Parts: sequence; C-alpha cells; structure tokens
Amino acid sequence: MRYIESAVNLEFDRSLCNGCGMCTVVCPHAVFRLEDKRAVMADKGACMECGACAKNCAQKAIKVRAGVGCAAAVLSSFLKKKTSIECGDDPDSPCCG
Amino acid sequence: MTKPVECSSGKTTPPEFGCSCCGAPQKQPVSNSRNFHWIDGSVKTQSGEIPKVKTSLNFRDRVGTIKTRWGIGRMRYLVPPGLYAVGGPAPESPVFVSANYKLSFDLLRKQLANRNGWILVLDTKGINVWCAAGKGTFGTGELLRRIKLTHLDNIVSHRRLIVPQLGATGVSAFKVQKASGFRVIFGPVRVKDLPAFLDSDMKVVPEMRLVRFDLKDRLVLVPIELMIGLKYMLLGSFLIALLGGFSSNGYSFTNVLSTGLTGASVFFGSFLSGTILGPLLLPVLPGRAFSIKGAVLGIFFVLVLFLSASHINLVSGSLLQMISFAIIIPTLLSFILMNFTGSTTFTSLSGVLREMRRAVPIQLTAAVIGFILWFGGLFINIGR
Repeated sequence: MRYIESAVNLEFDRSLCNGCGMCTVVCPHAVFRLEDKRAVMADKGACMECGACAKNCAQKAIKVRAGVGCAAAVLSSFLKKKTSIECGDDPDSPCCG
Repeated sequence: MTKPVECSSGKTTPPEFGCSCCGAPQKQPVSNSRNFHWIDGSVKTQSGEIPKVKTSLNFRDRVGTIKTRWGIGRMRYLVPPGLYAVGGPAPESPVFVSANYKLSFDLLRKQLANRNGWILVLDTKGINVWCAAGKGTFGTGELLRRIKLTHLDNIVSHRRLIVPQLGATGVSAFKVQKASGFRVIFGPVRVKDLPAFLDSDMKVVPEMRLVRFDLKDRLVLVPIELMIGLKYMLLGSFLIALLGGFSSNGYSFTNVLSTGLTGASVFFGSFLSGTILGPLLLPVLPGRAFSIKGAVLGIFFVLVLFLSASHINLVSGSLLQMISFAIIIPTLLSFILMNFTGSTTFTSLSGVLREMRRAVPIQLTAAVIGFILWFGGLFINIGR
C-alpha cells in the first residue's frame, strides 16, 4: 500500500554520501539503494518520514522533517495548541500499541 | 495491595517498579511476585545477580496480550527496565535491546527459546519499540544511560548490541558507538525473523527489512480502534436518540423510539461497520487519502442502507432525513478512516497534513449541513 507520495519531504545530497549503506539498512520501506558505491533515493514516494535514515547518517547527507503520520495526533496537537505533533502518552492512542 | 508510587513527573507506576521514570533506583523483580511470573531465578555475574526470564509464554501472558489488544489496563503492564538473562548466558552471548512494553518483551523472549543471551530493556514508558523510537524514548540517550546503569561493559566481553531495525528512528548507531564503544547491529523488523537472523550469522535478507501491513496486522488493530471510538459514538447515538423526540407536534417519547432510535442506530452502525471494514478493506478502497477511502466506503453503506430500507422500511421519516443520512454516513467514515492513518505503517506526516488541510473543512461543513437537514427533517414532513 502506498500513501500520498508527492507530499514527502526527504532530501538527499549524494555528494556527501560515503556509501556506508546505513540508510539502506534502517529504512523500513526500501527508499534507498546503493549504486556505484553510493546511496540513491530509489523510491522517495514510499517514505513515511520516520527519520531513521537521517538519524543514522553520520555524513549528514539526508534531511527529513521526521514525524508521525497520524491525523489523530495532528488534531489533538491542534486542539491543545501544541507546536509539536507527536503521539501522546495517552494509553488510548492506537498507534502506540 | 500497596499503593502505586507517585513520580515527580506526576505519573504513577506500580510499586514494584519503584520510580523508574524519574531515574531513581528500581527494585529488582522477584521471581515469586505475582506480576513477575515470567521470571525464572537468576544468573550470577560480575555485577551481581541478573534475573532470568522464561522463554515460553503462559496463560497469564496470553490473557495480558488479549487485554492489551482491547485497551484494558495496558499502562499497568510494564516490564521494569534493566538487564535480563535468557538461558545460561556467557560474557560472549549476544545482547538484545527491547522496549518495556510487555507485548514487545514477550514476543522477544518467546523467539529466544533454547538460546543464551541478554535482554537490555529500555525505559520506553510502556510503549512499543517503533512508537517509542519516534518519540525518542527508545533512543540514543536512554540506550547509553541503560548501558551504564546495568554495567553492561562488565557483564559482556564483546561490544555488540542487537537493536530491532525499527528502533533506528530513535537510535543513532554511530553516536552510540562513539559514546559507549558498543556497535549497534540492526536486526530484522519482525521479531519472528530473529531466529533466522541469528542462525545465518546475523544476515538480514531484504524482505526482513520491510514493514508490512497485512490483513492480520490490520485485524489486530480493530479491537482497540473500536474501544477508542466507543464512548464518543455511544454518547453521540444517545444524543441523536434524544433529539429524535422532537417534531412539529412537540416532544414525544414515541418519536425517540422511532425516529430517534433509527438515527442513532444508523450512526452507531456506521461507526461499527466502518471501524471494522475500513481497516480490512483498506487496500481495495480507491484513493490514496484515507479521508477519500472512508468517504467511498460511506457512500457504499448509504447505497446498502437505502436499498434495504425500501424493503424493511428502516428509513422512516422525511426525505430530508434520508438526504442527511447520505451526507452524514460518508462524512463520519471519512473522519474515522482519516484517523486510522496513525495506526498504519506507511503514512507520512506531510501527507497527513496535506490530506487534512483539504478534508477537515469539508468534513466539518458536511457534518453541520447533515445535522441541520436531519434535525430540520424532524419538523418538516415532505415525501414518503
């Protein structure tokens, strides 16, 4: 299953890549692939913006505004006038189950 | 029963955990304690005794899993953070990092049957690995802290940690290595692939790296989705039934039972069938935006309702009310499915924001129009 692909914010600067391959290891949607000893964004549209790749890129070649793709979290942060959108510690929250 | 401990953060935890959330020393679980039936003695190490866990799940574990899936008492169902032994581990045995959500922990120890190893449980406040990683509680900082607190470097001779791949959202492998000397090896996404991973010299085949969202994955989410919506939907249905008592002749209880109850059951029925069928039919519903998928499912329900209503006379009352059902049902399902985005494994925040900017104003407008038509229909009787 795929989601709204054109909205994805994920940037990759190949010139900074040292080909360690960590992004290909951590990505749960196979967005990155190694080609000629460096990573390429093979399937940007599959990105869910979890941020694992950027967090594990020692070269800082990947940029993504990571977050949870959760409408309930967006609504509750909007209603509570919070600036950040994240899953609550709410035990009712289904995404944290 | 001892009273729960009040932590400085305002959160209460069961007494046997101590105040783990505020960093105070936690009490070591004792094997005879009722809540620690999954502990089976201990293993002596250089840094003291380490509790040993059972690798088979018993009846109480299974009941706990079912209760958790239905949202009953899940926040009281935590594993105290710290180090645990599996089998008869040696200093060379592998270290597995886990969350202190009992479901995650249970799945891990079950897969480690007949193996030796160590489980390092992080304090994720009872939240599973992936969600906790997104929040940062399953993260670099907590991992480093837990390594230090448990004196892991004295207990094991190697410097390797096996972390579930989905933990990578919170754990920066290069930072962990720099700060502690421990090398993070990201294991498979699903814990059931762990035995294959361990038997193949820690090789992960590409398939083990991908999250999925199969029918079974969606099915297990249905109970908790139902439980979350239930109280709002019961309240909504109750109000609809009460309002149904109004008519041009004043207020009558007979109308509550006829028009009111019809409206309430249409509303509640849409919630029930949408919450169950929405997740199950997700891949076949058209559109990428969940709000559209929900609306389509709603239109389908409206057709079913109207077709059956012509036979069983379910839709009594005015034409206006029938039109209002045709508006309210797709709107409600659009909203329900939109809220399911957070439970899936593939939606991005950017996508959700884009979808909501368009969908929420339409949903609000439609809900208001639908309600006005329904309520107005109680007083004006045209058609039928």
